[in-house]
Amino acid sequence: MPGSSDAGSTSRRVLIPSSLRSYTASMWVQAQGDTLAEVLRDLDRRYAGLRFRMIDEQDRLRPHMRVFVRGRAVHDLRLALDAGDEVHIVQALSGG
Amino acid sequence: MPATRARASPRRAPASAPARRGAKTPAVSGRLVLLVATRKGAWLLHGDARRRDWRLDGPHFLGHTVHHLKLDPRDGRTLLAAARTGHLGPTVFRSCDFGRTWKEAARPPAFEKAADGNGRAVDHTFWLAPSIAAEPQVWYAGTSPQGLFRSDDGGVTWAPFSVINDDPRYRAWFGTVQDGTPDGPKLHSIIVDPRDARHLYFGLSGGGVHESIDGGRSFRPLLGGLQVVEGFDAGTPTFHDPHCIRICPSNPDRLYQQNHCGIYRIDRPSDTWVRIGARMPKRVGDIGFPLVVHPRNHDTAWVFPMDGSDVWPRVSPGGSPAAYVTRNGGRSWQRQDAGFPQAQAWWTVKRQAMTGDALDPVGLYLGTTQGELWMSRDEGARWQCMARHLPEIYAIEVAQVE
Repeated sequence: MPGSSDAGSTSRRVLIPSSLRSYTASMWVQAQGDTLAEVLRDLDRRYAGLRFRMIDEQDRLRPHMRVFVRGRAVHDLRLALDAGDEVHIVQALSGG
Repeated sequence: MPATRARASPRRAPASAPARRGAKTPAVSGRLVLLVATRKGAWLLHGDARRRDWRLDGPHFLGHTVHHLKLDPRDGRTLLAAARTGHLGPTVFRSCDFGRTWKEAARPPAFEKAADGNGRAVDHTFWLAPSIAAEPQVWYAGTSPQGLFRSDDGGVTWAPFSVINDDPRYRAWFGTVQDGTPDGPKLHSIIVDPRDARHLYFGLSGGGVHESIDGGRSFRPLLGGLQVVEGFDAGTPTFHDPHCIRICPSNPDRLYQQNHCGIYRIDRPSDTWVRIGARMPKRVGDIGFPLVVHPRNHDTAWVFPMDGSDVWPRVSPGGSPAAYVTRNGGRSWQRQDAGFPQAQAWWTVKRQAMTGDALDPVGLYLGTTQGELWMSRDEGARWQCMARHLPEIYAIEVAQVE
């Protein structure tokens, strides 16, 4: 998405769940963006393919995929992020 | 996912099929590779040309649900895997070195984004089909919910294909999750006529059999002669449920079909399917999922019947697994159960989990819902277990490679 890593957007820490670490190779990564959507776009630019595994083609979070900011669950990708906000991506694992 | 190596080192199959005394040795060069897609990952079995020694390699993508693993027969090296996990979205992985390294497709199959927010999302890619030699980079993919996708670059990038994904008639014929297949309605059995890349078929579970003669610009139902569950209208594609459709390599005008309502054959240009399963033994019936055609003889085909009575137990009828073969285009069927357990064996075979090689005599391979691999080196006369204790097997393919 144009603009998501423009100069001036905030770099922030993102927690990656174990199921997506085949992309990032680490639990914590940096990504830029002033909204959750921008952060996810930047993550996909850095780790190609990651976003589609957690967000479907209609821009909906896939089932069992949870995102927390400031300890609260986020469902709207348009959420504006404050300067110090971390993004925690968590997978609600269930099933057999 | 970046390029990765399979973690497990190759190891021997737990039960390598021993040579059968007096078995005819097929006159071929090269070796065989069996591609095994399971609910928990993928495995490759490397076999010699005589089909005697097999080496099990895997798991690849342990924990991923792998719906199909397919080697491109046009180049003998491009291997595609349709994978997802229970929680991560669907994707396609690609290998050009028999799974030593994999690279994820840059753009996996995905529907167009709908402006109204109600668009469909691919749950899993179910079926992978390379086109013919005239189109060396073209692949097709069928998904759940039903969608048709195409790659023009060997499986690296995929795009929605044809009119059907958004055609209001097809959208109605697709039905919904409420209508059928336990883990979602599927587009499957994508067939490219080996003589003409513009001539295509596919099956919808549910939604019927469909054909294009204009390279996918338009499709039309091909339902003549097919039965539906009693009480439903056979004129409505939604009520049709083809399970597996195969074209005969030796005669592309002939197709066989295992359907929810029986086994059928069609000889084009006729538009009418003939229910050849009517000649199956009544106690077994003609319900099932997989179907295999002979590489050189259009009168020979195999099925693997399943119990489709009352509540649809989806097990081998009577707990006695058996293949059935016809050698006369469906006029009669013979039971082939030598080597299989004779009683209290309650596994069955999914629609993509039975296949045949191109050797002479033909080798048959099947994977069970309980994670066993079985093979026959003599066209089904005698079966042997190749491997046990794998996860539930979704699909197997066999390829001959140099």
